[in-house]
Amino acid sequence: MLKKITLALLLNVCFIFTAQAATEIQWWHSMEGELGKTLDGLVAKYNSSQSNYKVIATYRGNYTESLNAAIAAFRAKKQPHIVQVFEVGTQTMMNSGTIYPVQDLLTDNKVSVNWNDFLAPVLSYYRDSKGKLLSMPFNSSTPIMYYNLDMFQKAGIKNPPTTWQELRETSKKLIRSGAKCGTVIGWQQWILLENFSAIHDLPFATLENGFTGINPKLTYNNPAIINNIKMLREMMSDNSFRYEGRRTDPSKKVFLAGLCGIYMDSSSSIGALKKVAKFKWAAAPLPYNEGLKKPLNSIIGGATLWVFKGHKPLEYKGVADFVSFLAKSEKQIWWHKETGYLPITMTAYEQLKKEGYFKKEPYQEVAIKQLTRGTPTVNSRGLRLGNFTQIRDVMDEELEKIWAGKSTPEEGIKSSVERGNRLLEQYAKTTRP
Amino acid sequence: MLKRAHYKRSILPYLLVMPQIFVTIVFFFWPAAKALIGAFLLTDPFGQKSTFVWFENFKVLFSTPEYYTSLKITLFFSAMTALLSISAGLLLAVLANRLIKFKSLVQTVLIWPYAVAPAMAGMLWLFLFHPSYGMIGFFLNEVMKLGWNPVLNNNHALLLVIIASAWKQVSYNFIFFLSGLQSIPKSVIEAAAIDGAGPSTRFWKIVFPLLSPTVFFLVVMNLVYALFDTFGVIHTTTQGGPGGATNILVYKVYADGFVGLDLGSSAAQSVILMIITIIFTVIQFKYVEKKVQYT
Repeated sequence: MLKKITLALLLNVCFIFTAQAATEIQWWHSMEGELGKTLDGLVAKYNSSQSNYKVIATYRGNYTESLNAAIAAFRAKKQPHIVQVFEVGTQTMMNSGTIYPVQDLLTDNKVSVNWNDFLAPVLSYYRDSKGKLLSMPFNSSTPIMYYNLDMFQKAGIKNPPTTWQELRETSKKLIRSGAKCGTVIGWQQWILLENFSAIHDLPFATLENGFTGINPKLTYNNPAIINNIKMLREMMSDNSFRYEGRRTDPSKKVFLAGLCGIYMDSSSSIGALKKVAKFKWAAAPLPYNEGLKKPLNSIIGGATLWVFKGHKPLEYKGVADFVSFLAKSEKQIWWHKETGYLPITMTAYEQLKKEGYFKKEPYQEVAIKQLTRGTPTVNSRGLRLGNFTQIRDVMDEELEKIWAGKSTPEEGIKSSVERGNRLLEQYAKTTRP
Repeated sequence: MLKRAHYKRSILPYLLVMPQIFVTIVFFFWPAAKALIGAFLLTDPFGQKSTFVWFENFKVLFSTPEYYTSLKITLFFSAMTALLSISAGLLLAVLANRLIKFKSLVQTVLIWPYAVAPAMAGMLWLFLFHPSYGMIGFFLNEVMKLGWNPVLNNNHALLLVIIASAWKQVSYNFIFFLSGLQSIPKSVIEAAAIDGAGPSTRFWKIVFPLLSPTVFFLVVMNLVYALFDTFGVIHTTTQGGPGGATNILVYKVYADGFVGLDLGSSAAQSVILMIITIIFTVIQFKYVEKKVQYT
């Protein structure tokens, strides 16, 4: 008996030693279901490509849940090396004083990544005011417009609308041809306020959209935005525009059910549409206002990888190695093909073009083209706001009040700006340096 | 005498209650104390910097109109949920009590909904009442032409969450009312019947007064349920929308603290909820167990 126990103990010790041979790197993420499996595949590729480091990826719930888990872990001094955080959490992370900027990490470990090769709007969202890259873009998307080709054909519509004014006409035609509804929009505040501002080169907030200070003020209550909301509100009278609910799911459902002809949402919906849609569909860039000469790039959504402070130098070496692995173009191409998230380097884009990939999948190129059009300005490089999740909720609430006829577009937008500003003030107070 | 003296010296009883005290401290007092302290701090999510700000968090809270809206909604929501579930529970209990056939089968089946988690109850009712794909939603819109739309209409959304929350609690009330009814002596009711009281008079003059301790107890329990346990229903059906119409206090604590990472405000809100619970508990101890007693 005693012998058996000693043997078991010895074996255990052996296991511990073999496990310690490779330095472990913990990565907490929020990719569920199919996306999670693809991510596991990516990690397996990395782990088998070398033997010094072992990345252990763990699903920690949706973005909000994993951020909370990471915060709790940091407070308990048990933080992972890498955590995936959505774009609206950027300000929270960068001001937290808990992160190791990715650019510093790479320089300190003498790993080089050709950042010039990356699509400009992707990086600009995650740089600080001095241009230092803070986190590693991982899964990136941008909103585009999808349309039901069968319904367009039935209504005798040849081309997708390019302007909001055309969108109104097209939606009306769809309704006249017997459609239940014309247009639906997922992530309404992202598309109607944030991206609308970027594309039209309108400031969203002061201090260069929050990039140069922690106490910006929202400024998007301008006539262009209000008029656009007003138009959509008018379109509701004959169901040319319909509000289905917050975020992505409700709108996606009615589009997939063939009830609505036009659907605006993240480019990451392509995967779901490919799998589920029982009709012919296509994609086009988001509409802009008639008379706008140079529509700018749209802004990105999705998430980036943040590296926490407080680990050993050897482990950071591994993290840097893993980041450079993720930055490789062939990994970008693979990830893009598997998930539909955007390839974010020019090399990856050119490579895909050469392969003739976009002839097969033309709608994948729509997002990349929209994201790379023009040169990003201070108004289109991204948003840097504290309490951003709550501000987005406020925008949702106030837009809902407008759709329900409880407030006019002017009142609603003004109120969302005022309430948002209160949240920004609150944020500035809590992060007083 | 001897026994008492014996226990006085022994530490055994203290050891025996230790686990209970330990659990209470770790899972109840400690978190409550943390919330209490957090309510007076202004802190960043990662807890790197925190400043003691006295009542600043409460001041900010009470200067935002949304908090009062949420308070009003919560009061209405809780009162309606309690009213609906208690009256439905009472009605079902009275009917089930009069059954002759299948009595135990019906009674068992009526208890089932209590085993459904609030989140699932929310999903079920949303699935039935959704304006685009729900069966009842379809009926309301296409047949009755009511323009039913809980996605945009405040009242519809509130009605939906009230029904879903009340439904889940009906079983609970049913059990208490049924046992209450069964403990009423037959002789009292028979005596009333002989005196010429009809079924309705018998119910309102004899049965209901005798049930009043149960009713009072259930009012408190249902209000507490509606205030705190309905998070799952709200989260799966409306997420506090449309336009904050179903944003009850407990959901706001979650939205501000967990999603918004505004820990100070969230803690302040928890403290207010704590005070509300304390008031309810005091009422329950003071009145339920002493005053409202007929038998």
